[in-house]
Amino acid sequence: MFAQPTKRALSAGALALAGALAFGVAGCSGSSDSGGSDEQIKVGLVTKTDSNPFFVKLREAAQAQADASGAELISLAGAFDGDNEGQVAAIENLVSQGVQGILITPNSSSGILNAIKSARDAGVIVIALDTATEPEDAVDATFATDNLAAGVSQGEWVKATLGDTAPQIVMLDGTPGGTVDTFRHDGFLQGFGVEEGAAEIVGQENTNGDQTKAQTAMENLLQRAPGVNALYTINEPAAAGAYEAIKGAGLTDQVVIGSVDGSCTGVENVKNGVIGATVMQFPAKMAEQGVDAVVKYVQDGTKPSGFTDTGSQLITDTPVDGLDSKDTSWGAENCWG
Amino acid sequence: MSSEAVLQGRSSRGIIRQILREPLLGPLLALVLAVIIFSLVSETFLAPYNLSLILQQSVVVGILAVGQTLIILTAGIDLSIGAVAVLGTIVMAQAAGAGGPLVALAATFLVCVALGAVNGGLVTVLRLPPFIVTLGTFTAIQAATRLLAGSQTYQVPQGPLTFLGTSFSIGRFNTTYGVVAMLLVYLFVWYALSQTAWGRHVYAVGGNINAARMSGIKSGRNLFSVYLATGVIAAIAAWAALGRIPNADPNAYQNANLESITAVVIGGTSLFGGRGGVVGTLIGTLIVGVLRNGLTLAGVDSLYQNIATGILVIVAVAVDQFARRRSL
Repeated sequence: MFAQPTKRALSAGALALAGALAFGVAGCSGSSDSGGSDEQIKVGLVTKTDSNPFFVKLREAAQAQADASGAELISLAGAFDGDNEGQVAAIENLVSQGVQGILITPNSSSGILNAIKSARDAGVIVIALDTATEPEDAVDATFATDNLAAGVSQGEWVKATLGDTAPQIVMLDGTPGGTVDTFRHDGFLQGFGVEEGAAEIVGQENTNGDQTKAQTAMENLLQRAPGVNALYTINEPAAAGAYEAIKGAGLTDQVVIGSVDGSCTGVENVKNGVIGATVMQFPAKMAEQGVDAVVKYVQDGTKPSGFTDTGSQLITDTPVDGLDSKDTSWGAENCWG
Repeated sequence: MSSEAVLQGRSSRGIIRQILREPLLGPLLALVLAVIIFSLVSETFLAPYNLSLILQQSVVVGILAVGQTLIILTAGIDLSIGAVAVLGTIVMAQAAGAGGPLVALAATFLVCVALGAVNGGLVTVLRLPPFIVTLGTFTAIQAATRLLAGSQTYQVPQGPLTFLGTSFSIGRFNTTYGVVAMLLVYLFVWYALSQTAWGRHVYAVGGNINAARMSGIKSGRNLFSVYLATGVIAAIAAWAALGRIPNADPNAYQNANLESITAVVIGGTSLFGGRGGVVGTLIGTLIVGVLRNGLTLAGVDSLYQNIATGILVIVAVAVDQFARRRSL
């Protein structure tokens, strides 16, 4: 059963060699300056995935900032949302490569703390971007959107636009338990001026921030609450999905839709009246400030600390009194993705 | 590995010929070559710390791949094994809160073995194709996991449940008990497959189930035991996963089933059953780990890592096909 001809083993070896060689060589050409200069600052970046436009923008901005400061950026990512193992391996490999600082958008705010601790014990500073860890001081510093404030902006705009009409609120949430989701949700209610569980909230559903799921959820919620006039969405894909459902029901004039993110598609949707207003985040700022912090640490030993709000901006073409906002042409110039 | 090859090699041809005909030669050469290339490309690759990392990063998929090897040896495939392990981590985290670590471990092994029994029962009693059975259980188990977890992640307290993540040093080489556990699982299953009647029967059932049945092997019982064993192995993988990341996350390890198949196939075990073994799978696991780590150190985009791994899988299956055609 095991007696195989000699040629089998040889061809196995030859083919495998060819494959390995091809990629080994690709490896050589991929890193133009590995080795050589020990002085160069190396910064690692670990995103949740490498396909989400938000993280693409984050990576591009980090790369540009690293180039400007003469640092080398090594970008890694998990394979899918929730790939803690992939992020842990990425952190370990970055430490092995001798980076001085790691910027990470943690998939899980608590799942990768051991790896972060090992990295910090090895003398690497770790900075969380976009999503804070739990506890927050598991990393040296956090550069992220104040998601509560972003939620408050959304809530205030929807409330002001609704005016004196008695509110019937529907909330399309993201994923239960996510810190970002909780902050935005609570912020919206705060900005709107209602309590959690208030009678004004006529429907609530999780969408995972997914357009298709949001559309289905909204279609079903409209069956239950046809009088809805105020809509909270966790992000712009959820808002786009909800709009399709609302349009299908012929209720576009009745519902005021607010959202958060600031992607170029989202801003375009605000311009076209799909979303009433969105709150823009600034991934590029997170990345730039993160790279700068690592460079500064290497140069003069200054460690960054605490939470830095990279800000958010309400984007709408129908501004309301007393709320700072920018129009969609400003949004189109500053959007990401 | 194979006593026939050893006997034939000694009696008729020389020892060199015997080495050349060794089915593990291809994977082994690929591993050695990859190690040589990466040690030339990256200064840090051969550092003890980095080599230890490769082993630690291989633990969970490496353990799952042992179970996958058993199933593939019987000409089956297990698409559910990763999902079973993830469910195991959630069960362990929740039971730890309710009843302490020992209860948690017992509950995990119980649940994983029960799911192995479901797969095994459907395959052996109802005679359904393993691909379909495990595709169905994979989908159902994944959903059940999210229901059970309420789409949340659970932290596991440090202690017995995270024991496999504890590190220790042998000289300058620092590693974890998870790596030891992985090697022990390989050693144990290698022994069971190559030195016991049960192992012989697994090969016989995988090679030709009708022939095995006619020669008096209780093929159904043997097949069922393979699925039970795979459940046990999935539970060990779940334990190791919590050692590595002390959080049970229902979204974790989404690709673990496919990665385990990859390791098995690169290690030279035939997808048609009856040929191969866990030594090859260990080499396959290490090849994937070395490629991922080495290409990362070399600064190659992770997508190229997937392309490299994909090519290796196809090469390995092609080699297996040629070998089959020639031996028929």
